[in-house]
Amino acid sequence: MTETPLIRLEAVSKSFAGVRALSGVSFSIEAGEAVCLAGENGSGKSTLIKILAGVEKPDRGQVVVDGESFAALDPRNSVARGIQVIFQDFSLFPNLTVAENIAFSAELTSGHRLVNRRRVRALAQDVLKRIAVEIPLDARVETLAVADKQLVAIARALALDARLVIMDEPTTALTEREVQSLLAIIRRLKAAGVAVLFVSHKLAEVFEVCEKIVVIRNGEVVSDKPASEFDLDSLAYHMTGRHFSASVARPFDPEAPALLEVEGLGRDGALDDIGFALRPGEVLGIAGLLGSGRTALAKALFGLLPVDRGEIRLDGAAVALASPLDAIAAGIGYVPEDRLTEGLFLSQSIARNIAIGRLDAFSGPLGWLDRAGLAAEADDWLERLSVAAPNSEVPVKSLSGGNQQRVVLARWLAGGPRILVLNGPTVGVDIGSKADIHDIIADLAARRLGVIVISDDLPELIACCHRILVMKGGRIVEEIAGGSIDAGELAARLAS
Amino acid sequence: MKIDWTRNETLVFLVVVAFCALTTAVDPSFLSLPTLFDLLRNSIVTGIFAIGVLLVLISGGIDVSFTAIAAFAMYSTTLTLVKLGIDVPWYGAFALSVLIGTGLGLVNAVFIAGFRLPTLIVTLGTLSAIRGFLLTFVGSQLISNVPPGMRDFSRLVMLRGTTGEGYFYSLPWAFAALVLVVAGTWFLLYKTLLGRKIFAIGGSAESARRIGVGVRGVQVFVYAYVGALSGLAGIIHASLARVANPFDLVGLELSVIAAVVLGGARLAGGYGTITGTLLGVALIVLVSNSLILLGIPSTWQSVVIGALILLGTGLPAFQAKRAAMRAG
Repeated sequence: MTETPLIRLEAVSKSFAGVRALSGVSFSIEAGEAVCLAGENGSGKSTLIKILAGVEKPDRGQVVVDGESFAALDPRNSVARGIQVIFQDFSLFPNLTVAENIAFSAELTSGHRLVNRRRVRALAQDVLKRIAVEIPLDARVETLAVADKQLVAIARALALDARLVIMDEPTTALTEREVQSLLAIIRRLKAAGVAVLFVSHKLAEVFEVCEKIVVIRNGEVVSDKPASEFDLDSLAYHMTGRHFSASVARPFDPEAPALLEVEGLGRDGALDDIGFALRPGEVLGIAGLLGSGRTALAKALFGLLPVDRGEIRLDGAAVALASPLDAIAAGIGYVPEDRLTEGLFLSQSIARNIAIGRLDAFSGPLGWLDRAGLAAEADDWLERLSVAAPNSEVPVKSLSGGNQQRVVLARWLAGGPRILVLNGPTVGVDIGSKADIHDIIADLAARRLGVIVISDDLPELIACCHRILVMKGGRIVEEIAGGSIDAGELAARLAS
Repeated sequence: MKIDWTRNETLVFLVVVAFCALTTAVDPSFLSLPTLFDLLRNSIVTGIFAIGVLLVLISGGIDVSFTAIAAFAMYSTTLTLVKLGIDVPWYGAFALSVLIGTGLGLVNAVFIAGFRLPTLIVTLGTLSAIRGFLLTFVGSQLISNVPPGMRDFSRLVMLRGTTGEGYFYSLPWAFAALVLVVAGTWFLLYKTLLGRKIFAIGGSAESARRIGVGVRGVQVFVYAYVGALSGLAGIIHASLARVANPFDLVGLELSVIAAVVLGGARLAGGYGTITGTLLGVALIVLVSNSLILLGIPSTWQSVVIGALILLGTGLPAFQAKRAAMRAG
């Protein structure tokens, strides 16, 4: 196309307190085009959005709108040029009605000093009709479901004759069906000539609607190509700068006696004839869609879900796991979803964070705490997990993200498990810390722990695990050697 | 009309009615025009203050300095007119007091909108500073010979009557000031874009900023408006009492805020209605004026008001929580 693009960023740079957030970013968006801005947390996506919204001013470079250059936009002229941002939190007014929220920006720019309820309602009604959505106009926004709030945010953007709608992580809080109807609305917008800048790190939906993908990493555009030239793997590679198919798993002795053996494990409606063995030093992945039985299996191994049939053997001896206490006594640790990323007392010392779950082991006759013992234990863990910290008394918040993760793991490991079951170990973690967690997992295995990783994140399983068990309908349907498959193919096998 | 039991207004209205019924049962003379006029007269100053507080609470802030502003504006206006010895009509005195109030409101605005300091801290500071400044530098002497203009105002009577026993009773025109303030503020809040902006910044200041609402400008307006209303309330107070006492008014701020909160305004901002505020004022004025009729010592007033606040704000919050839990 030779006509002027709707928006062109030219060598935009921005620093915050000396930290480079964006450096020399250039790309353009045509009218009616859907562009995906992909990048990890901290890659500079949010800063870029704020510059387009006029909330932040670039240090260098310019924004060209319809051929007119701006050194910086401000919220008003950004809106006047038809740029509308739908922030991740939607930026709505919970205390106002749907109609008022939709019409608010339009009323602001209209120059009216008085508000007219009929005009506001008519405008809101009209916009909702354009995206074929029905929401009660007089409902307060705080009473709406998340998906409806998002529709209100979209409607508000459209009420101002938006020509570029920027959606920041629009699908994070939506169910699959709501995502589909959102994508349908995006297609309708495109057909009406509205450009969409779609910011997301959920890659699958990006491919469904976007013509072009711009990948930024560490504040720089690393790739700007039609979506058809990407696939899931190459996109992940561009975003992270790493090949995820490369395994980080370290070798283990496949002849060693099994740490854990599971045979014929079953529970009606959940698990059927599950059998596998886990050797010391091995990282075993479990892949499966929701409802495939992967979480049920993890719970069964931790005594959270009683089984009807089958046997679990530890070091060759059968054990009954009727409760988590049995599992802990048997040396099995279970880290449920999100537990690796939550649950740190950031302003407290590392020692306290590690010891919090085991205070009874260190309390004396009158409930006094054995502080010296606690500190020694904490120092021991810092060394074993190679946490980069001066000592165990510094607050956790002074550590880097990856080291914080190690502290969390130390807490889970302090009970001395021999088998660790991690469910979704990197849910909600940005890619930098993710790689750290993967390294930690490899370190743990190298210490002859048996590790089971359950994850939705297929590149993660491929990177971490020696073997991947594919579950479907409560059964193990396939066993794949880690590193021998790419994420796209694994996804296909899960879904088939 | 359908009754909405989850609204504060309904609850406060019922309590007001119950209170009146109870007082009437104890003393039948309560239910009379003289009592009504008396209560209305007593609610003028509190009511104007409350409307100002309502505006601040809706905008997401809080102001505790308004009584100090009122006292300062009222006293310095009176003192100036007395010292200069010029004879201005009542509206001249009113204009000066409102002007001084607005100026002091702008001082709050400088700290809040300009330096982005927390509103409670700023207004706690200005409450103390303005009061201290008034008593130290302006004066701490009672002025009982208020200027003739102000005295004239206190004689402007809207409605009057005589009881069977021959007592006179009346409603001063000052009451019209409350009516005007209520009507004007209602129009401002519900019919102007500025009013909707006040609701918007109270609902989410960050969202407002992002869609291009000049949050600071709105805040400057809000605190200046409250300052102006404080100046008005102060001069009305002094005119009706025909005395300017620099120690007056300060100390009222918590019961005014209580009235507004009772009426359903949320301290977190974004919510509040004029009807609710007026009902809250009615309740507070009723409690502080008629407990004596019920034979309850006046020291109990604050206990009753405290209990009403706990009940009045606790019950709707409890209902909302239960509704949320039922919805799952």
